[in-house]
Amino acid sequence: MKEIFVLAEHRQGQIRDITFEMLAKGKQLAEKTKSEVVAVLLGKEVQAHAKALSQYAKKVLLIDDSRLENFNSKAYQEVLSSLIKEYKPLLIMIGHTSYGVDLAPSLAAALNQPIATDCIDLDLEDEKLSVTRQMYGGKVNVKATVRKSESYIVTIRQAAFAAEKPAMNGETVQKPSPLTQDITEKRFIKYILPPPGGVDITAADILLGIGRGVKDQANMPIVEDLAKTLGGVLACSRPIVDKGWLPNDRQVGTSGKTVKPKLYIALGISGAFQHLIGMKNSDLIIAVNKDPNAPIFNFSDYGVVEDLFKIVPSLKNKILELKGQKT
Amino acid sequence: MDVIVCVKHVPETAEADIKIDSTGQTLEKTGLVFDINEWDDYALEEAVRIKEKIGGTVTAITVGSEDADSTLRKCLARGADKAIRLTDAKFIGSDAYAVAKILHSAIKGLPFSLILTGALSDDDGYTMVGPVLAQLLGIPHATMVKKIDLSEGSASVNRELEGGLEERVELRLPAVLAVQTGINEPRYVSILGIRKAMKEEIKVLGLADIGLSENDVGETGSWLKIEKMFVPPVEKQAEFIKGTPDEVTSKITELLKSRGLI
Repeated sequence: MKEIFVLAEHRQGQIRDITFEMLAKGKQLAEKTKSEVVAVLLGKEVQAHAKALSQYAKKVLLIDDSRLENFNSKAYQEVLSSLIKEYKPLLIMIGHTSYGVDLAPSLAAALNQPIATDCIDLDLEDEKLSVTRQMYGGKVNVKATVRKSESYIVTIRQAAFAAEKPAMNGETVQKPSPLTQDITEKRFIKYILPPPGGVDITAADILLGIGRGVKDQANMPIVEDLAKTLGGVLACSRPIVDKGWLPNDRQVGTSGKTVKPKLYIALGISGAFQHLIGMKNSDLIIAVNKDPNAPIFNFSDYGVVEDLFKIVPSLKNKILELKGQKT
Repeated sequence: MDVIVCVKHVPETAEADIKIDSTGQTLEKTGLVFDINEWDDYALEEAVRIKEKIGGTVTAITVGSEDADSTLRKCLARGADKAIRLTDAKFIGSDAYAVAKILHSAIKGLPFSLILTGALSDDDGYTMVGPVLAQLLGIPHATMVKKIDLSEGSASVNRELEGGLEERVELRLPAVLAVQTGINEPRYVSILGIRKAMKEEIKVLGLADIGLSENDVGETGSWLKIEKMFVPPVEKQAEFIKGTPDEVTSKITELLKSRGLI
């Protein structure tokens, strides 16, 4: 029976959510293609992870090697290449995460097997793979077909699929590590933790999220004023941190925090997936953007198509008025 | 140190009004403003900073049509010493894999210790060219790079992980580093600099010059074929609050009050 491989992603003792999301989709595709879903787990002393994964897969392939203690794309690539050559799985699913993007494309090139990255959906029909991906920052989707192959590699966007409850009782098969020597060309040194202190945006009830539309650092006091008037806290999308206008503990999204405030006002944020994933579960979302086609409007409760600078000062004054503090 | 930086000329779509063209497979490009891919802009800046700090050369290279010259001139104005444009009618339809093969063929004969690219491109977002290029060259790579420290024969880099975490990784040189935005603050280029760059030579190479065959590039040399482009389905369509700014803010204030938020 053919296999669908799902690479288990884990870090600092935790299996990451993307793993269970991929296992759910992998199981569905396995049923359709009469194959079986296999969790591939690489690590050092990760028996507990193997046990957890066995509840979500028909089989857990485990490689235990001290050289796999921390993620190293080169070590992972060597081990996966060897497993893929042995098992010839129909599909290899890898998370479109920081680890996955470091690993999957070069693995595909090394094996000369086609890859489709950052997939939000995929389908296998007669052993032919088609995928759905986003382009232009989420403004459009594309359906693409992948060149026919006996084995495909895909990277899967985080939160594209919902994880399922544990329902299986798979066997764990431990394989000898194919690594014969130390990986010297690329070495993991250490984790660098975000600096402590600062503002905890995950604890705020009201967040004012700002993005590229703020345009200039000189405009920061205008949005800061509104945040203060609302009794809220400023948060932001990636470009604001890149420019150094806010520290990175204010960033919402994949590389920042996931927030769920009572109110999230998005100002000049187009709504790339990387940001949306961090805020789309807020209780109430109001978005202000000049571009009526901005993806943020597809995830908001209320939208205003307008220049944020025409809205922000007026909104501040209206709120002050209501509070009886008209200035 | 000789640094090669791979750049892409892409349409700016973040705030633009976009339309899918009549083929249904790509965007209507008329009216869109093209510029250097944002991630590549940071890669370019990093390359120039390395040159300023330890000497060497910077070569900017792109796969694209003649229009991409404006992006290469920007690279030259910013401090690149050489610019190469890889152009051939046969390249049209290339996916990230085919583009990496084209770059590989052009780069393999050049002297370099470091290749920088953006971690992804703003248009198709494959996050592939850097690592695939590294694999084809048989050298190590790191993606999502937020900091680069160079020493003799090696590079120590910080990679961005999720949730504010980073990892420190050491790579043997030569290597390919795909950089994340925010790694530096790209400088502005003076008008004088751009004017000066207008006179510099851009080397143009085609399929035959880099020793590839037709089958390696374009649609035949690609893994992915776009069949259909469409507007994403709506998860939760916003209710639009319309009116003058004054009317809009009154409505928002009412809404917030009714929800007990102010």
